[in-house]
Amino acid sequence: MWKFIVKRLITGAFIVLAGAFVVYAVIRCLPTSYVEAVARQRASNPTSTKTYQEWLFQLNAVYGLDKGILHGFLVWLAEAIRGEFGDSWLFGVPVVQKFQDVVWYSVILNLITLFVETLAGIPLGILAARKQYSKTDYAVTIFALLGISLPSFFLATTLKYVFAVKLQWFDIAGLVGRYHDQLSTFGQIQDILLHMVLPVITLGMLSIGGLMRYTRTNMLEVLSSDYIRTARAKGLPERKVINKHAFRNTLIPLVTYMSYLLPSMFGGSMITETLFQIPGIGYISYQAITKGDIPFTMFYNLFMFILTQVSLIIADIMYAAVDPRVRIE
Amino acid sequence: MSDEIKTQSQTPENKSQEIALDDARRVKVLSPSMLVFKRFIRNKLAIIGLVILVFMFIFSFAGGLFTPYGQSEVFKGTQTIPKDYAGATFNDELRYIVKTGMEFPNSARSKFILAVNKGLLTFDSGDSLYGYSMEGDNFYKIYALVPKVTALLLAGQYAYNDPDGVLTADLQTAFETAISSGMDSFELNGAEYVVQKAGKAYNLCVSEDLALASLMVMDAYDNANSNAINSYEFRYASEKAISDAITSFTFDGNTFTLSTEEEKTIIYDASGAAYAGISNIIVNPSSSDEVLTAAFKDSVREAIADDTDRFVYEDETYFVDDVNSNYYITRNTETLLIRVNESPSSEHLLGLDGNGMDVLTRLMYGGRISLMVGFVVIFIELFIGIIFGGIAGYFGGVIDNILMRFVDLFNSIPFWPLCFIVGSVMDTLDMNPKFRIFILMILLGVLGWTGIARVVRGQILTLREQDFMVATEATGIRVNRRIFRHLVPNVMPLLIVQATMGLGGIIITEATLSFLGLGVKYPLASWGNIINAATDIYVMTNYWFIWMPAGLLILLAVLGFNFVGDGLRDAFDPKMKR
Repeated sequence: MWKFIVKRLITGAFIVLAGAFVVYAVIRCLPTSYVEAVARQRASNPTSTKTYQEWLFQLNAVYGLDKGILHGFLVWLAEAIRGEFGDSWLFGVPVVQKFQDVVWYSVILNLITLFVETLAGIPLGILAARKQYSKTDYAVTIFALLGISLPSFFLATTLKYVFAVKLQWFDIAGLVGRYHDQLSTFGQIQDILLHMVLPVITLGMLSIGGLMRYTRTNMLEVLSSDYIRTARAKGLPERKVINKHAFRNTLIPLVTYMSYLLPSMFGGSMITETLFQIPGIGYISYQAITKGDIPFTMFYNLFMFILTQVSLIIADIMYAAVDPRVRIE
Repeated sequence: MSDEIKTQSQTPENKSQEIALDDARRVKVLSPSMLVFKRFIRNKLAIIGLVILVFMFIFSFAGGLFTPYGQSEVFKGTQTIPKDYAGATFNDELRYIVKTGMEFPNSARSKFILAVNKGLLTFDSGDSLYGYSMEGDNFYKIYALVPKVTALLLAGQYAYNDPDGVLTADLQTAFETAISSGMDSFELNGAEYVVQKAGKAYNLCVSEDLALASLMVMDAYDNANSNAINSYEFRYASEKAISDAITSFTFDGNTFTLSTEEEKTIIYDASGAAYAGISNIIVNPSSSDEVLTAAFKDSVREAIADDTDRFVYEDETYFVDDVNSNYYITRNTETLLIRVNESPSSEHLLGLDGNGMDVLTRLMYGGRISLMVGFVVIFIELFIGIIFGGIAGYFGGVIDNILMRFVDLFNSIPFWPLCFIVGSVMDTLDMNPKFRIFILMILLGVLGWTGIARVVRGQILTLREQDFMVATEATGIRVNRRIFRHLVPNVMPLLIVQATMGLGGIIITEATLSFLGLGVKYPLASWGNIINAATDIYVMTNYWFIWMPAGLLILLAVLGFNFVGDGLRDAFDPKMKR
């Protein structure tokens, strides 16, 4: 067990390093227009004693942009290992601070989504499996495929069009309303929750299909197994057969499925957050990436790499934890 | 009917071969692919998906051939919009009409204005002396004073210098009287003389008509006359008549009659035809290639005098807009405009988009790109995935371990961030839209092959232990033949299912990137970048017909691929039951 974890951690570390290098190499291809803009701005400052060229030279040296890609990456890595990720170019504050400011919006949004998704997806999947090839089953299958087939941006735009523009139930974008500051604490929470309704529907709709089908497939497998036949044969009520004997066994793959959700939980959802302009980590890093903010992008990607590796290890461990038949070696 | 024929044709065969399997059994035996086909046909959802896909392909690939419009054809239409035609204003600056052959320099003009303001009747500019007389309201006659005789007082005696020999005895007496009495001017025999003191000498000047200054402008009804009416003499005669309120005057032997209204006067010649219009309202055309007739100017002046906001001239309505006594005359003009965001019509079934392009046509061409990107990407994924998965699965051990770590690496690269970075790089490099699509396809393929590699590897790991592989080994078939001719075909059913389901995902990914403006770029169309118009709130709220159909097409196409993929999975492996 421990040997396995250590082995996985070592390979994981290599993957993180290699992946970070790939991302660094690609992002260095972006013309450093941001650095040029800052240099121009500082050079035009009347108190500045340096010319534009001097500023540019200095800034490039500070960010390691004057070196080759490999050398620059090593410089970045040396800083990163010491926990210094530098200041974000776009936001002007330390990267870690900006990350801490915004990440919780994404986490809350994703937690609510996960809650809604689990509450709807798993029961519907079980229902479909119990009545295989019935009308309910077809309806659930079509609904699930519809969810998988919907492009998030189209769903978000349509939701905005129907609920924000036509019915005017919600604001079209943003996390807080116009009068947010004047509300009481309770009112503020209510305001934020109201603004999260459309993003949660969008995110939920996109992932609920997968969860439903996954639950259904696993439930079908479990329902056709011998111990279910035994449970029915000994005269247990159907409710008990489903809820106790069958459902508990479908939880095994579901738990692993859930641990894959960890990266998206903290990584935010770039597209949905951008569409609804929710200042979570997804939207912020989208801005940082498209504007060529190297420190923030590198930090975000490193974070995602580590998170992915951790979630994979957790998934393996969880698999063994919930199913005693599985031995990790 | 068909059964009868079948039995008839089978009977003779039966008789001849007694040992053959009995027919009932033989008919029932179907090839594995036929079985798959039959199971697929029976699946209602799969058939619906297939119908959707067939429709999509016809719509995208054949539709472009039948539509009468091009994918980046811009539609323009004429529209009547009010356009500036002329401007009019009250003249408050004196205008000068200089007599032919004379000169009235600018410096003298400004001195004249000063003299008028100070009430002085003579003024000098440079070496010349000028005088003027007021002939009417804001109507001045300016003359030059030309020194003819110089008188120098020497010991009580005048010494005359008279180069032209104009001095007569009468004139001399009058001149001396004027000097001694200090008069500036005097009249003698109907001619006016001005006395000017220059040091100890006195100049006797004769006035010569030089110019007119007036606020009036004059336009000829017939352009041929425009020089004649703007001559000093005609202007003097006509304006004098106007300021004296006389209704007719004679000039050059012709009699002219005047009709004066508010702000304008029209001069008629002897035959009663309008000859010239004179007014203190200046009317100028807005564009230099337009020439305004005197009659039009007359109508404008009339409208201004009547304070109306519109008037009709030669069957066309003109609108007068008064802004601080500056009058703008507009008229409705047919103008060629791009028909932006036009609602659906029989000509353009889904309307026109923000660039004036036909939405339906762009949907067809966009479908081509979206579907093509999907297929190319899935082939790239299959190509890389089968090679990696096949090799890893067949050899196992260390090779498998290394290759699978490589797969892990690709798998953990954050997909969207990398797509966004590459999209921004392509943006800043200002890449050719067609070239962008190739880069996009390669990027999506390279980022997405890991799933297929895993499936292939997993299948091959179990397949390679089976008997037929032992047989291939025993017959000494080469390794790459063993992998790609014997193992991979056995994985094909699963790969087809994976590929079909994957196609939908790729179409969504491409559309999302294009929607965010990082994928396929204008002028090329893709379903994603058509919806991109909806990022403009105004377009989203007011012109649903631009973005909604593209979204529905994406949904339908992806749904079609998923239905078919689902059906195929059921058909290939009935035990799996979705």
